[in-house]
Amino acid sequence: MEFVHRQRRGAELFLLVLSLAVGIGAYACVGLGAQGHVPADIYTYGGWLTALIVAAHLTIRWKAAYADPILLPVVAALNGLGLAMIHRIDIARKAANSDAREFAPGQLIWMTLGVMLFIAVLVVLRDHRRLQAFTYTAGLSAVVLLLLPLVPGLGTNIRGARIWIHLGPLSFQPGEIAKVLLVIAFAGYLVLYRDALALAGRRFLFIDLPRGRDLGPILAMWGISLAILVFQNDLGSSLLFFGMFLVMLYVATERPGWLFVGGGLFAAGATLAYPFLGHVQQRVEYWLDPFAHPDDATQIINGMFGMAWGGLTGRGLGLGSPQKTPFSYSDYILPSFGEELGLTGVVAIILLYGLLVERSLRTALICRDNFGKLIAAGLGVVLALQVFVVIGGVTKLIPLTGLTTPFLSQGGSSLVANWVIIALLLRISDQARRPPPEFGESDDDMDSTQVVTMR
Amino acid sequence: MNRPIRNLATGCLVLFLALIANATYLQFFKADDLTSLTKHPNNARVSNAAFSAPRGDILVNGRAVAHSKKSDDEFKYLRTYRFGAEYAHVAGFFARGRIGAVEASENSVLTGESPELFVNRVGDILSNKPPAGGNVSLTINAAAQRAAYEGLKKLGNNVRGAVVAIEPSTGKILAMVSSPTFNPNRLATHDFPKANATYLRLLKNDLVPLNNRAIEERLPPGSTFKLVTAAAALSSGKFTPDSLVPGGASLDLPLTSKNLPNENGGSCGASKITLTRALDVSCNVAFGSVGLKLGADALREQAEKFGFNKKSYFTDLDDPLTSQVTSIFPTKVDAPQTAYSAIGQFEVSATPLQMAMVSAAIANNGRVMKPYLVNEILSSDLDVIKGFNPEPLNPDSPQAISAGVASKLTEMMVSVVDNGTGRPARIPGIAVAGKTGTAQSAPKRPPYAWFTSFAPADNARVAVAVLIQDAGVERDQISGGGLAAPIAKAVMEAVLDR
Repeated sequence: MEFVHRQRRGAELFLLVLSLAVGIGAYACVGLGAQGHVPADIYTYGGWLTALIVAAHLTIRWKAAYADPILLPVVAALNGLGLAMIHRIDIARKAANSDAREFAPGQLIWMTLGVMLFIAVLVVLRDHRRLQAFTYTAGLSAVVLLLLPLVPGLGTNIRGARIWIHLGPLSFQPGEIAKVLLVIAFAGYLVLYRDALALAGRRFLFIDLPRGRDLGPILAMWGISLAILVFQNDLGSSLLFFGMFLVMLYVATERPGWLFVGGGLFAAGATLAYPFLGHVQQRVEYWLDPFAHPDDATQIINGMFGMAWGGLTGRGLGLGSPQKTPFSYSDYILPSFGEELGLTGVVAIILLYGLLVERSLRTALICRDNFGKLIAAGLGVVLALQVFVVIGGVTKLIPLTGLTTPFLSQGGSSLVANWVIIALLLRISDQARRPPPEFGESDDDMDSTQVVTMR
Repeated sequence: MNRPIRNLATGCLVLFLALIANATYLQFFKADDLTSLTKHPNNARVSNAAFSAPRGDILVNGRAVAHSKKSDDEFKYLRTYRFGAEYAHVAGFFARGRIGAVEASENSVLTGESPELFVNRVGDILSNKPPAGGNVSLTINAAAQRAAYEGLKKLGNNVRGAVVAIEPSTGKILAMVSSPTFNPNRLATHDFPKANATYLRLLKNDLVPLNNRAIEERLPPGSTFKLVTAAAALSSGKFTPDSLVPGGASLDLPLTSKNLPNENGGSCGASKITLTRALDVSCNVAFGSVGLKLGADALREQAEKFGFNKKSYFTDLDDPLTSQVTSIFPTKVDAPQTAYSAIGQFEVSATPLQMAMVSAAIANNGRVMKPYLVNEILSSDLDVIKGFNPEPLNPDSPQAISAGVASKLTEMMVSVVDNGTGRPARIPGIAVAGKTGTAQSAPKRPPYAWFTSFAPADNARVAVAVLIQDAGVERDQISGGGLAAPIAKAVMEAVLDR
């Protein structure tokens, strides 16, 4: 008898209670630390957060009963922590300038939208394999979305990178949505062509190198990522998209040769483009020796000061000065946690991300269809890469690039896109963990229609 | 497709472990470095916190020259300097983002973070008291410091100069004043824009008031260097105080057509005079010829025994803004340059601290002590945690000159004050030993006036060096005896309680 997964919805509910305690507790601590009292709106805020999370949980019970029980609680904890920290920095910004715009209420609205989309995905998308029909549509839309910021009048240059578009009062980063679409497009494409990409080729120095004519798609992806690098000045997104493609190619073909070819191509492209990228050059210089540029590398220096000031256990929520770091509520939210929750908090957050990645890769492992496997692996690795690039950047492990920290950073497009990603992962994991359909007993007539029953 | 997925999981694990390792490095291993005010004075988080915490006192003769006073604004404590400019270069200043002198070099004691105060801090934690900083007591003698400060001030606020007094037997610094100076209270104020403006004004000032000229200014010591030449001469055995040396109006220099004249072009008296007389009248001709006879190597060896060419032996004021410059006796010297070097010109240069040490060594029977400024580290309750013991500058060969040579030199120096150029330093009833110096640095610049001395001559309690770099007075009024000696006298009288 084959191993059968249990639904584990009760476990999920228990973990969700813990997550809500973390999120709402952090919100209360922020008020206590920074203002000396629990925020007056703790009941409405806590009620709202609970309602959103319970709604998401009930949707899973109703539409994806076998889905992974860990993913939602981890995401709920991260999102709650992010909201509390954005609120904490709002308080500090308000104290310095009473006209300062608050970001936390907006973030809560974006979270609401994210959860609504999450529910919509689970309700509408009964089977992830249907997405395979949208392979080329998704790919084309992703490319269009990526190019949108380059349209004059629509895109704007913020902090040196051209990755935003503005529509009236609304602004968003199309790259966040393109990320999801690209994973779907790659998965669909690779399911169709994996045999050709996997089997043909020659062996060179212990590495199976792919056939020249199969290099087409990788060259196309290389071109797109270089275009992002050169025209949008964004090393982070460029690395993310190309890395995502390479990794999915590797999973589909089981040939590490693709990683070497792709890695080489990216290194060559980045080296060739480097002399023309003042913005990226600057960031590399600031990374190598931030203290040599005390006036320009203030962000990275302040981030390091903040983390050092936090030390092992942190100054306490509301008791540090994370607002001293520019963009401490978005790109630099992790050093803000480092300052107020210390190394302990930082490691906890990194482990939460590690759990997310591990659960998505596990989903990929147990998934029964190749398309789902590729999507789950792709989404998991994208998450891991993004977390590594942004946290590594703000903690001076690698040069700084402007990506958002999933679920923590202030920013609508990122939050909504990440909730959709979690919905997709839950949908795939529900399919993967659901006991396989059994063939009905048919004693004699082999020609009669087989009855397939879903459990 | 499961094998690549498993590999990817391993890859992701490596990435996340790298993130955790890097965060640990920043927040644990590098945290002390990044939150050290001396290394990163512009770390606003730390300096704001430091502003909100009480610091220990800096004490001189039991009285606080730097004290943290309760303050009503957001920073809770205000650092105040009771004597203002008088101790600015010694006690230093504690401003947001900037810190200097003892405030910087003893920062960990003053904040209470020093490991030496660990036991006290544990006590504070156990008894639930706010952690208190330790106190630092200085070797400074308040009366001597006041005399030095007043003496320089009398010459005018813009006079460039410095005074250093040392206890010869220990190396304790009894006075250290540099002029022009500044008011550290104006830097420590909580009105940050104002403090910043003050700092920028001090930085832009051509007279560099932030500079501690006692240890950071290296100038030709002029005739005070003749003490070193005389020490080398007596130590060589070729000369006694009564040896006859060339006098006259000028010395014919080998290898050149130039002659070495005396100050003001006058004569040293007769064509042959005694070495004692040569020191009395500060005869360039005599010491130039003595230098030629001894050779540059002997002079350099003697100078190095006193501390020349030795790097940063005085560490109590080591902070990012201040650092001791090395006094120099050049390595490559030809014959005419040797004659000039012997009278403290050419490339010979010294700090006022170094010239005070030459006097102190002669006073201390030839033994050179390492100068120090921090006397004791005390707990917040004034219990002595750590005291500092006197130590010789060169533990291997503590004697710069033999005791016999030292006593002969002392006699010669007493003669300088009794019968020679050092007369303005005479103290009734006490034998004072001294040497003047007037150093010409460049033809157009006014010469520097030096004076170094000690008293009482037979059992010295204080050695002092005074440098007046520029007092803004007429050229013919500049001389070590006229400008510098009265200040040295006042400092010696203060220590001797006269």
